[in-house]
Amino acid sequence: MKQFFALLSGLIFGLGLIVSGMADPAKVLNFLDLFGTWDPSLAFVMGGAIAVTAPGFAWLTRTRQQTFFEGEFHMPTKTDLDPKLLTGSAIFGIGWGLGGFCPGPALTALPMAATGTLIFVPFMLVGMWVARHTPDLRPTPKEGAAS
Amino acid sequence: METEFTPWASLGGGMLIGASAVLLMATNGRIAGISGLTSRIFARATGSEARGVSALFVLGLLLAAPLWLLVSGSWPTQWVPSSPVLMALAGLLVGFGATYGNGCTSGHGVCGISRGSGRSIVATATFMATGFVTVLVIRHLIGA
Repeated sequence: MKQFFALLSGLIFGLGLIVSGMADPAKVLNFLDLFGTWDPSLAFVMGGAIAVTAPGFAWLTRTRQQTFFEGEFHMPTKTDLDPKLLTGSAIFGIGWGLGGFCPGPALTALPMAATGTLIFVPFMLVGMWVARHTPDLRPTPKEGAAS
Repeated sequence: METEFTPWASLGGGMLIGASAVLLMATNGRIAGISGLTSRIFARATGSEARGVSALFVLGLLLAAPLWLLVSGSWPTQWVPSSPVLMALAGLLVGFGATYGNGCTSGHGVCGISRGSGRSIVATATFMATGFVTVLVIRHLIGA
């Protein structure tokens, strides 16, 4: 049953992206074009999403120890601002500005099979694979080094 | 090219995205971060339960546009303006950056900010800033 809800969540997310206009790169690029053909719509997408998610998450963590199927809540636990977070986010933003796609909209738009999307998605998967095999930027203490 | 300002549709679509994030957390205990879920499908270290949730969620995403076509009779409005070479580069940077920085617009921008996470607020401010600058450079300085 919870598998069904994972699928349903994905479907609702995709429909949300389509309704909101996020799945259209032309609209995303115009949101990022402050000094040109600016389209502020996407600020409303984020506002609407946070307006539902923030109280929803707060309600879940306040009233429940477990999910509705007795599973664990996997909430992120990191709190430090490491170089990885900043470098990764900066690079992600550049790619977002070049193509107008972030991962969710790109996958949602994939079945529509525009040439740009068919090129973007495999390269995105390669980028993800490379990132998972790139070591931390954080200087790691050498084992056995005198301290 | 101009696009139409759509505050109500965008607000409504955003609320659907929020509803999806709450539903996924309530039923499967996972953050609806698309870069995390997608990269976890293929990562060797992923446990079978997490892989299953991730794959089903992404399958749902992939079914949204076909369902839209089935119900409304036409694909959603879409235009991918950038050239193929630019899209390849964009894909690489988006995939790498989102995974390396532990999240994208959904994981940091929606779920993280909703949890009040300092990391996500900084990440979102960072990718918004580089996104704005990239479009400024491409459209207004280089004029491509």
